[in-house]
Amino acid sequence: MVNSSVEELKKRIEELEIENSKLKSQITQEQALPVEKAVAGDFLSLDEYKRYGRQMIVPQITKSGQRKIKESKILVIGAGGLGCPALMYLVGAGIGEVGIVDDDVVDISNLHRQVLHSTERVGEFKAESAKKYLVKLNPHVKIKTYPFRLSTTNAFNIFEKYDLVLDCTDSPHSRYLISDVAVISRIPVISGSGLKTEGQLTVLNFENIGPCYRCFYPKPPPPNSVTSCKDGGVIGPIIGLMGVMMAIETLKVITGTYTKENFKPFLSMYSGYDQQSFKTFKMRGRKLDCISCNYTLTREFIENGGINYSEFCGVVTYDVLNKDERITIEQYEKLRNSDHVLLDVRPKEHFEIVSFPGAINIPLDRLRRIEDVNQLGIDISKPIYTICRYGNDSQYASRYLNDHLKLSTKDVIGGLNRWSTKIDSEFPSY
Amino acid sequence: MPVSIKVEFLGGLDVIFESQRYHKLTVPNNEDESPIILKNLIDYIVNNMISDPKDVEVFIENDTIRPGILTLINDTDWELEGEDQYELENGDVISFTSTLHGG
Repeated sequence: MVNSSVEELKKRIEELEIENSKLKSQITQEQALPVEKAVAGDFLSLDEYKRYGRQMIVPQITKSGQRKIKESKILVIGAGGLGCPALMYLVGAGIGEVGIVDDDVVDISNLHRQVLHSTERVGEFKAESAKKYLVKLNPHVKIKTYPFRLSTTNAFNIFEKYDLVLDCTDSPHSRYLISDVAVISRIPVISGSGLKTEGQLTVLNFENIGPCYRCFYPKPPPPNSVTSCKDGGVIGPIIGLMGVMMAIETLKVITGTYTKENFKPFLSMYSGYDQQSFKTFKMRGRKLDCISCNYTLTREFIENGGINYSEFCGVVTYDVLNKDERITIEQYEKLRNSDHVLLDVRPKEHFEIVSFPGAINIPLDRLRRIEDVNQLGIDISKPIYTICRYGNDSQYASRYLNDHLKLSTKDVIGGLNRWSTKIDSEFPSY
Repeated sequence: MPVSIKVEFLGGLDVIFESQRYHKLTVPNNEDESPIILKNLIDYIVNNMISDPKDVEVFIENDTIRPGILTLINDTDWELEGEDQYELENGDVISFTSTLHGG
């Protein structure tokens, strides 16, 4: 037994080694697109003269700006809705070295906005998928991938290889981590974000004199006020626009448009609806009492786990129901044809996408305003089950209904998403 | 004298104001005739514009604007303008915007 399993393992290792070398050669092939040498005594090749000519003749860039772009090393954290368009333009513009950090893999729900990836690359690391596109776009750019999560232990080692970082992440805890590490590493952060129909953009820690993320937001927002693109949704070109604007700010910082003398802290806000509006707010400067900017925080402290960033930002707890107030998706399947009320508490846009026949939609925020059981408009003599997309809001709904309206409802654990995965694969998940 | 101003709720904050992003309003005089300051506007918003008391916590925490919301006075960070002690003037535009985190 022991011998055979050792042999099996050896065989498996061999197989993996062959696969690995194949993949490696594939990667080198992709990188091995012909790159001309620079013209003697110059920093550009003939190909690059043509490639960057249209931007070099713009007075804000010029040939000396192009040299700065080519000599720069930038780190893009997040190859998603912000990172993809930012990377496209920055790699196109001829940045010398680009690092891409992302531990996530491509999902089909990303493709409406994450324009470097493609249908055939679903399941691949986003960092690798992005690289495949970018090496073809501009073989002059050196691209390094970090297909793992940025953490307190690896961040400093990665940041020290770069001159500037683009925060293209999607949660407050990574935004605080990036800002803290950038301040200590003395590099600027181009920061963008977006949700639904709006986006925000700013430059942090400019020349180690500008404000950082903590200067703007000394206290993290309550976790229940934080909405992700997955939950709140986002229109592709809205977040794309923010990524493109981040690329512009990056070029401005690299080529020296901003100086210590003329830089003024700002936060720009783009709203796509109803009328388009773009506002640039004049923001506070670096705060003397900021624990990051006054260097109270140190590399050692952060690397030794002195700050638990997820704890600092908190998490929403959904655990509000007792066991007997919940039913599993399998139990609900058995009850499906019984006489009952299914109360779907998702926002109406979600309900419109897909719902169970016969389900009644009362979105959670509206439900919580109902003070009288008669206003529910449902037959409360029947068993009532609450359901939502993933089984989080339904718990709050049942808690409210059971406590405030004295009902004995149960929520369906895992929600519609689990129905799709466990019971009926024909039921659309979104 | 009461002051007439514009108020904007951005970054999704409009959800607690019946999805209206822009409001024109007049903040009434203080009883003691003291100058009308931004703090008076915040109280006015809480008392007159947030229809559901449950929504107050979306806007206010520990008696001030909740962390994660930026307050702008005529497009300038309120920290540069005296925060909630800023004296309102006719025609001011006060913006409140939630911080966005999505990427």
